[in-house]
Parts: sequence; C-alpha cells; structure tokens
Amino acid sequence: MSEKVVLYYFNGRGVMESTRWLLAAAGVQFEEVLLTKREQFEKLMNDGALMFQQLPLVEIDGMQLVQSKAIMNYIAGKYNLKGKDLKEGAMIEMYSEGLRDLMEMIMILPFKKPDEKETQLGVTQEKARSRYLPVYEKALSGSQYLVGSQLSRADVHLMEATLMLEEKFPTILSTFPNLKAFQDRMRSLPTINKFLQPGSQRKPKPDDAYLKNVTEVLKLQL
Amino acid sequence: MSEKIVLYYFNGRGKMESIRWLLAAAGVHFEEVLLTKREQYEKLLNDGAVMFQQVPLVEIDGMQLVQSKAIMNYVAGKYNLNGNDLKERVMIEMYSEGLCDCMEMIMMLPFKKPDEKETQLGVIKGKATSRYFPVYEKALSGSQFLVGSQLSRADVHLMEATLMLEELFPTILSTFPNLKAFQDRMRSLPTINKFLQPGSQRKPQPDDVYVKTAMEVLNIKMP
Repeated sequence: MSEKVVLYYFNGRGVMESTRWLLAAAGVQFEEVLLTKREQFEKLMNDGALMFQQLPLVEIDGMQLVQSKAIMNYIAGKYNLKGKDLKEGAMIEMYSEGLRDLMEMIMILPFKKPDEKETQLGVTQEKARSRYLPVYEKALSGSQYLVGSQLSRADVHLMEATLMLEEKFPTILSTFPNLKAFQDRMRSLPTINKFLQPGSQRKPKPDDAYLKNVTEVLKLQL
Repeated sequence: MSEKIVLYYFNGRGKMESIRWLLAAAGVHFEEVLLTKREQYEKLLNDGAVMFQQVPLVEIDGMQLVQSKAIMNYVAGKYNLNGNDLKERVMIEMYSEGLCDCMEMIMMLPFKKPDEKETQLGVIKGKATSRYFPVYEKALSGSQFLVGSQLSRADVHLMEATLMLEELFPTILSTFPNLKAFQDRMRSLPTINKFLQPGSQRKPQPDDVYVKTAMEVLNIKMP
C-alpha cells in the first residue's frame, strides 16, 4: 500500500463526512474511491478489506481502518487535533461525541419514511436548541477554542454540525452569538476556508440520488 | 470533588457495564450511585452534572465525564489499556468498536416489543457468528492478546461480549476454539477472576425491573 490516504465511501456525506472535514482541516491530502456500484462493495468484501463488512474504510499508513470513531481518533492523534494530554483528550472526545449524536439525527433523515421526516426534523431542531447548542455556546464564552488553546477535532466537528443545522434551520444560530463568532473564526482558518470553497472534496446535502446510491450498493430494504 | 471514582447509572448493565469491566480489569476501586428514582436524575440535571442530560456519568480526576466512548478511552489511556502507540491504539479501538456494536444489539433487547425480540435474537446470533466472532478468532491465532503483547481494552470487551453471548446462546463458542481458550486465559487474570466472583460490582442480566426503572428515571414511555 502506498503513502496515500484513500477514503472508500458512497458519493455523499454520511458517516464519512466528518473524517473528510478532519483531514481537510489538518491540511492533509486524500483521495477518494466513491462507491456507486454493488460490485465495488463486493470486491472490498471479498478482498477482506472491511473488518466488519461495513464502510467507511480509510487506507492510511499501511492500515485498512474501519469504524468511524477509531478512524477519527487516529487522524486526530496523528495530526495534533486531540489536545495536549489525556484530560484535554477526554474533554475533546466528550464534546465530539455529543456533536456526533446530533449530526447522526440529521444523517438518518433521508432514510426516514416521508411521514416520519417532519417529526424527525422537529426532534432534531428541539434537541439542537435545548440540549446541544447551549453546551457549546457556554464552552466558547471567553474562549477561542472548545478545549485548551489550540484547534481540536471538537472545533472541526462543531463547525461541520452548525453548518449542517443552518442548512435545515437557517436562523437556528440567531440566539447563539458565541457560535456565530466561532464560525467566523473557523472560516478564516486557511485549511477550512479552502474546504468551504466550491470544488473541494466536501460533499453536498443528501438527495434522492444519494439515497438510491446507498440502497443499491448495500442492498438495503427500505 | 474527591479522589474517588464514582459511577452514576441505573442498577443494571446497559452502557455502563463495559466501563465497570475496564475499571475492574485495571484493578481500580470505584463507587456507584445507582439511580432508582426520577428525583435523583433530576438532581443531576439541575446540578449541571450531565453535559448532554444523559447517563452514564463518571466522576474521575476532578471531571464529570459523560459519553461512554469518551469515558472508556480516558480510562483505557489512564490505566495503560490502550496500547503502546497510535497504530496499536487504532487497532484496539477498531476491535473495541466492533464489540460495542455487537453488545449494543444485546443491550437493546429488553426494550423491544415481545414480537420483535425473537427476530432480534436471531439477528444477534447471525451477526455474532458470521460478522464478529470470525474476526476475533482469527486475530487470536498464535496470539495471547488481540493487539500487541499486553492486555488492552479490546481484550476486556471481548471477554465481556463472549460471556454475554453465551448467556443467550450457551453453545455459541463451540466452533471458535481460540475464543474459548482466550476466555480461559482471561479468567485466570486475578482482577478479572475477582470481577467474575459473586458479590463483585458486575451487574446481572437485565430483567423487567431494570427496564421499568430505566424508563421511569428517564421518563420514557414504551412505544
């Protein structure tokens, strides 16, 4: 295996998008194999590339990594996005896991039946407003970053999550001034600024084509 | 806050059990506050102790940690159960995450409707024998531990998971000799042996009382 970092996933955000954000924020070049056909997935399975027969898969440093949390912790550790010690690491991981739970609510939306979608949207908005956003708003009082004095994976996930929320609920940050200011600071970081430009490897919101893509490749019954 | 480690959870396994296993395997003393009443939970909420209004909560080293994976990585890091370097650590975490996925299927069982339980049991057995066990069986060929040359959190989770599966399907390890031998080796480790004795802080399989208490404390209505 070469020195390259290669991501294997569908042509969309899903569980891989946070990993794309992390690599981009760290300024790390990566390639992607976008799975559009069932045969590609079967080849990965037959090659034994997928430890638990699941995506995402990331090839990095001679390893074939699966399990998104393991992948993200490795990248964060390698590229200095995990804080300076175990305690900062725990705080960063706590904040990150909360954001992960929040983003997962949005991630499953395309897979919900039409009558469930409205309910799920309502639940997401309510939880964002009452359970999650206040935590990060408070953590950013008088602080540039969520933990310690440097960028961590928690900051990157927070940028990703707040942008995702604004796509669904455009005014949701209006009562969270610290988060708004945080977004502006993050936008001004060169690597993140670059990732937000058109033509980057950032993926668009899921649409019917994405849903069809995933369903076909994984042979899902929906 | 004192030097003590305190676990806050229901009186049962759930998402806290893997953390109990890790601390026990590391030989670390811990206390528990077992939540049996809604008022206890509301106090945690009002005190701002639970960052996302959820349990598990673990008080350790002056921090109030939530999010079970963050807790487990901290405990593993602190007590040398996370390997020697970043590459060992990621292998350990990959193996651990797979086991947590497997155990989560079992964790959800008590909360399923009766007609869904049989189906779910079948799914668990199928996935355990076709997706998960073969991975660990292979990893243990010619190897004492899953990763590297010392005990890691992955080994502890594997012990926990295989025991849980045997509770549901007593002969499930009959075609996995490496896993059987692994269990015997783990049983012989003093801290783990102690945790497996009656009277330890290991919790029993969930029953109706557990389900009822969890739902009352969290104010959830069964669907």
